[in-house]
Amino acid sequence: MSAVRDWLLDDSPSSRLQASLGRTWRSFSALMRNPLAVAGALIILALIVMAIFAPLIAPYSATGQDLANRLMPPSAIHWMGTDELGRDIFSRVVYGSRITLMIVTMVAVISAPIGLLVGAISGYFGGWADRVLMGITDIFLSMPKLILALAFVAALGPGIENAIIAIAITAWPVYARIARAETITFRDSEFIAAVQLQGASSARIILRHVLPLCASSTIIRVTLDMAGIILTAAGLGFLGLGAQPPMPEWGAMISSGRNFILDQWWVATMPGFAIIAVSLGFCFLGDGLRDVLDPKQRDGR
Amino acid sequence: MAGQAARGVGGIARFILVVAATFLGLLAITFFIGRVVPIDPVLAVVGDRATPAVYEAARERMGLDRPLVVQFFSYVGDVLTGNLGRSISTGRAVVDDLGRFFPATLEMATVGILIGVVLGVPMGVTAATRQGSLSDQVIRVLGLLGYSVPAFWLGLVGLAVFYAGLGWVAGPGRIDIFYEGLVEPVTGVYLIDSLLAGETEVFWNAMSHLLLPASILGFFSLAYIARMTRSFMLDQLSQEYVTTARVKGVPERRVIWRHAFYPIRIQLITVIGLSYASLLEGSVMIETVFSWPGIGRYLTVALLNADMNAVLGATLVIGSVFILINKLSDVLYRILDPRARR
Repeated sequence: MSAVRDWLLDDSPSSRLQASLGRTWRSFSALMRNPLAVAGALIILALIVMAIFAPLIAPYSATGQDLANRLMPPSAIHWMGTDELGRDIFSRVVYGSRITLMIVTMVAVISAPIGLLVGAISGYFGGWADRVLMGITDIFLSMPKLILALAFVAALGPGIENAIIAIAITAWPVYARIARAETITFRDSEFIAAVQLQGASSARIILRHVLPLCASSTIIRVTLDMAGIILTAAGLGFLGLGAQPPMPEWGAMISSGRNFILDQWWVATMPGFAIIAVSLGFCFLGDGLRDVLDPKQRDGR
Repeated sequence: MAGQAARGVGGIARFILVVAATFLGLLAITFFIGRVVPIDPVLAVVGDRATPAVYEAARERMGLDRPLVVQFFSYVGDVLTGNLGRSISTGRAVVDDLGRFFPATLEMATVGILIGVVLGVPMGVTAATRQGSLSDQVIRVLGLLGYSVPAFWLGLVGLAVFYAGLGWVAGPGRIDIFYEGLVEPVTGVYLIDSLLAGETEVFWNAMSHLLLPASILGFFSLAYIARMTRSFMLDQLSQEYVTTARVKGVPERRVIWRHAFYPIRIQLITVIGLSYASLLEGSVMIETVFSWPGIGRYLTVALLNADMNAVLGATLVIGSVFILINKLSDVLYRILDPRARR
């Protein structure tokens, strides 16, 4: 064990792999010393475990109806009670973690690369390309995100895929701004000049040398944005524009519990706690990541 | 002097240009959204049993056979002359609808931001001056909750607790049914209209309906404003001139409010502006929960009816106000902060 550790923390790594693994290990152990970050990481881990092993964790099916036991309050049999169709709310929350995880992953996978690419191209080339791309980015940045997402879903039609696309469309500009700012700081540095002299194409320089250096600040920002993405997705579900019933999406579950809020409060409140927990988890983790990977961005939060 | 004036004029011209470009961008987006709708707008008018000849005629009449660029410019012209089309669900012109629903949104968001500023700024200052204390921790947690609690969920819980449970406030809607139509609408803002008419009973009823949704909106701006105030104050309190003032024996109260708080008020204006703009947006969810007849609810009802004219009209209005507030607070910052002026 200690041999592995020594190899990881070696001051003069003998290979690129060793260097990058060592860097990862250092960040990781710094992250683990931050209690809030650990709490956040544990929540996200719980979300992932819940999503993978949903059939094993959930005591009941997510969609199976049991009309004899509808609207039962929380008890030992139904930890979070049952909804208007007699479905176990805890089981639905567990299965709902799959949808939430899928939404945040898809939004990140779609929007982060678009933003990174736009920002890196803009920052690397400068000039009119920069002006045009950043003009478009700024226009998107100054739009109200939720309203824009709503309008896009209205045009594309309700459904979870369209909700993901709509959220991704409103999420990328921030990453473009970050990537551009990072790129400009090292665009004129010597290692870029060296690769240029070796005859590397612009595409190669951007993909192999510029983008990897923008990664860490983008990862921080994506993690911090996750809470907002979850809230927007849940909001779309609540309005009936995201995941459609009988899918156990948390926002849609709150929406169906709305009619019973005065007497059967648990139907609408329970999925809300799940949303809060996961959003908080991403906030904690994002804060911790920022402190570890990018201390200069700390704003005293 | 002349140079400064010229810079001022240049600054205003630049501001107008930026706002105009952003607004044109917003129009381009709504135009694009209107065009990518999977539902054929021609079919919606003629019905799906129309003959190809009728279909073509309708298409031509609606101007959909023209090049996209031409269509876009005629769309911009329509918007600028206040022609946003007719809403399918209300049967009225979208512009009239928006005028009717906007005051309700404005009323709620304004009371919300007032709550956020009046509570948030002192909380942020307290947290900064007593770093690490219990009140600091509470504000930290509130700030994080502001990022992770869904507004619509908080609205529902608020209704269950304060309306159904404790009976402290009135339920959904803007006013009780028997007070409706009692007051002549002048501004459309019930709180002002009822006072203008001298109907205090109506005023208190409207207030009782407004308090809960506005407080929930206010909570989100409070969380943000308090967090930013705290971080600005911490910045100032660590400056050397603050230490100097303390060493000179200036009373702590004066150090905090006169020396440290005074310079950050300009930054706070930007934060409050941003927060106000995001409240207008956040009201979409809150209005839906509280059946509040504002733009947000108008938008969500239109969404569910696939009433595209109304959706795009509401998007344009909220988007324009959002952009305008954002840019104005930016400009205000530039005017007030001597460092940003040059």
